[in-house]
Amino acid sequence: MQTQSVKLHTVKKTAPSFVSTRNACKLCAPLGASLVFRGIEGCVPLIHGSQGCATYIRRYVISHFKEPIDIASSNFSEATAIFGGADNLRIALDNLTRQYRPAAIGIASTCLSETIGDDVRSYIEQYKAANKGVEIPALIYASTPSYRGTHMDGYHEAVRATVISLAAGGPRSRRLNIVPGFLSAADLRHIKEILDDFHFSYTMLPDYSETLDGESWSDYQKLSPGGTPVASIRSMGQSVATIQLGGSLASMDTAASYLQETFGVKAVTLGIPIGIGETDRFFGALEEMSGRAMPDKYKKERGRLVDAYIDGHKVVSGKRAVIYGEADFVASMASFLDEIGIVPALCATGASIKKFKEIVSSGLSEGHKDIIIRDDADFEDMLEICRSIGVDIIIGNSKGYYLAKNLSIPLVRAGFPIHDRIGGQRILHVGYAGTQQLFDRIVNALIEHKQSSSAIGYSYI
Amino acid sequence: MIEILEARKGQIFEKGTEGTFDMACDKVSVAGSVSQRACVFCGSRVVLYPIADALHLIHGPVGCAAYTWDIRGSLSSGPELHRLSFSTDLREEEVIYGGEKKLYAALTELIGAYHPKAAFVYATCIIGLIGDDIQAVCRKVSDEQGIDVIPVHSEGFRGTKKDGYKAACEALFRLIGTDEQSIAAPHSINILGDFNLAGETWIIKEYYKQMGVEVVSCMTGDGRVDEIRRAHKAAMNVVQCSGSMTYLAKMMEKDYGIPFERVSYFGIEDTADALYKVARHFNDPAILKNTEELVRKEVSRIYPEVEAYRKYLEGKKAAIYVGGSFKAFSLVKALRHLGIATAIVGSQTGNREDYEYLEEICDEGTIIVDDTNPLELSRFMSERNVDLLIGGVKERPIAYKMGIAFCDHNHERKEALAGFEGMINFCREVHGSIMSPVWQFSPAKCLRAQKEEMEDANSIRQAAHS
Ligand code: SF4
Ligand code: SF4
Repeated sequence: MQTQSVKLHTVKKTAPSFVSTRNACKLCAPLGASLVFRGIEGCVPLIHGSQGCATYIRRYVISHFKEPIDIASSNFSEATAIFGGADNLRIALDNLTRQYRPAAIGIASTCLSETIGDDVRSYIEQYKAANKGVEIPALIYASTPSYRGTHMDGYHEAVRATVISLAAGGPRSRRLNIVPGFLSAADLRHIKEILDDFHFSYTMLPDYSETLDGESWSDYQKLSPGGTPVASIRSMGQSVATIQLGGSLASMDTAASYLQETFGVKAVTLGIPIGIGETDRFFGALEEMSGRAMPDKYKKERGRLVDAYIDGHKVVSGKRAVIYGEADFVASMASFLDEIGIVPALCATGASIKKFKEIVSSGLSEGHKDIIIRDDADFEDMLEICRSIGVDIIIGNSKGYYLAKNLSIPLVRAGFPIHDRIGGQRILHVGYAGTQQLFDRIVNALIEHKQSSSAIGYSYI
Repeated sequence: MIEILEARKGQIFEKGTEGTFDMACDKVSVAGSVSQRACVFCGSRVVLYPIADALHLIHGPVGCAAYTWDIRGSLSSGPELHRLSFSTDLREEEVIYGGEKKLYAALTELIGAYHPKAAFVYATCIIGLIGDDIQAVCRKVSDEQGIDVIPVHSEGFRGTKKDGYKAACEALFRLIGTDEQSIAAPHSINILGDFNLAGETWIIKEYYKQMGVEVVSCMTGDGRVDEIRRAHKAAMNVVQCSGSMTYLAKMMEKDYGIPFERVSYFGIEDTADALYKVARHFNDPAILKNTEELVRKEVSRIYPEVEAYRKYLEGKKAAIYVGGSFKAFSLVKALRHLGIATAIVGSQTGNREDYEYLEEICDEGTIIVDDTNPLELSRFMSERNVDLLIGGVKERPIAYKMGIAFCDHNHERKEALAGFEGMINFCREVHGSIMSPVWQFSPAKCLRAQKEEMEDANSIRQAAHS
């Protein structure tokens, strides 16, 4: 299918590159790790550093999910920064254990603790030794300095750290592992539904579909219910295969690669299933692994999606989009836009990823001459590029509102974060069903833009 | 049951039950707590951020800048440079070899591109560790570019949010007094500690205009560098949100002999009090008369509406958890106007004096907390069966999950709550949330209602028996 990479035309006259980052299109690593930890049942995230990082991250995440999310901090003070965080970590672990009675504590380091060279691993060993014979929560440690990576790196590092500290080998089961990537709660639920319909038994890590999008409560819950049970994580070393979603992960050290190397669990890397092409590949892999045909329900979803593509194609045909966000999200989004006839004119990520061009262009059909693919980009860069190349629509998280406001073009909200609308956690992106919703929203956004920018006021479009 | 940590007990107090009041505040948060507090940097950023024609460059890794991009509702009537987020976005090499070069390059290019009136450089945690001499870089760029480039020492771990306020005040103080030319009227003030959230500064400025008092500068709502430069020409400083700006007022009193008053613009009484304090200070018959007229007009305008809301809200109970304690005082009083009793009240950064005053104005049985966390807050709220929580973004979902109405009173709010018309917005918001029919579906709310009914029935039964 669409695997050859395109010839990329480099546009000369776009924005000079700035030394500083202006309106960042990335977040810091402990944020990604915290989300992973909240996707583990009974797990409380602990950010090892000073208070601000944890509070800002909480605030940021809460504004998207609109759910209580407790993220603790080891609260570094001046003295801690000089003498090290051993005491703070120990006290923090004690206090969290007493207050939350958690099944696990997920520790993420910060720029601060990393720079002073805090040896968290050995602190954890000391803590375990000091608590011999006492039942303590499972302790997971992810090293997440943000000067080395973004929230996406923090996410994958935390998944890998979780698996390394908890997964064990044993007799091979028929279970599947799935590492879905940074998707919405609705996406996670949909993927689980699909796996259920294929009659898989599986472990999804992380699974914040309930913890970060839960019901209204009858009593206050210290930690919102749901998440991947620690016991199922322990058995991940016995599964037959691990599916990880995100094309860029194939060459990286991830949870899946660790499970493959250590326990012989086959690692399968697939793109995030957005668009018919990527979703076909996803279902294809599931058919192969399960030995079952795609359930009728999904055949019909696919059929309806094709029908909708045709119904709406003239509205989108030839339109130019800017898309941005996490590398793998952008790659899948680009291939989806490409298959419906929208030119992904600017594909940007805030992360520094050398292979970004390759990742994105591998999903595009041939013949595109004028696509700009940028890593290490920020929203000011994007705005300047958009001004010079001209775009019609913006697809991505709510920070793109800044572009929308400046360019007076529509923004279709997708991904994380959604800070200016309700329901960001319920946006469905994946599968035929998710693609259907995205497609409808994109078409409607373009129609609405046309309708509201015309004086006539067409009531039939 | 949610347990209260031993180390936290000195920061929780119930009025009327525990003997003498002695709040152990001003403490750093317990390790492992989920505090609602932020850091030193946050304090500095809050104060300086609304200066709309300055460049705000955050020196450090990207997080601190990314999380604070346009998060507050501080409006500007002109330039909006403050709404952009600039970071030196330090990478590993710079953390190892130092970030001075990058800082220099970033400042130079940004000043060249955006032509700010001044620049603030915020040092975040890492800078305190890698030892960048940001002072020297700022001086150099300042000389080359001909604008003030002011370092703000706001490393997150070096204290609490309050230390960040202080650092911001020091930064402002460097600008103050640098314009000797301009003159100010004898009856002139600076507004300190109002950040023009949802346009609140404009409401207050309008009152002063009607009173005949000139506002020289507002620090820092809708702030401008040039106004701050001549702030020392004002005859009086009017400080609201005392937690953040009293320090600056004291410095200005010492160096420029400008007296100050602490006020609050939340609620009918406090707003009127604030305006009268200023009028009395100048002791000018015309100003006094104008003030009386203004207050009378405004109060009679809003009073009927407040009364109408009171009918619905009388007898409800509220919890208040806000950043600064001054805001808490006003809220207790404003709620009283609506017939709502305050069952729980606390702040992130109150000091001993503040808590003593809070204790004084609260009813018996009110729980007073310093630097609380979600677990404690939820426990107290369900014990007291409150109907409303007033707080910030981080508290909102706690209230909602428990079926409790919520009023946003934070730096992100989009509704002006200050002044007389702010009181009306406040009433509308509180009423709109408490009276919403959606609570009928909340399991937690229903459970609490059932429990209360049972308790009532029990006490009636007991009364009948005795
Ligand atoms: S970038 Fe580093 S120091 Fe800043 S908030 Fe993130 S973890 Fe904390
Ligand atoms: S604690 Fe330090 S690193 Fe974290 S947000 Fe505050 S200044 Fe930034």
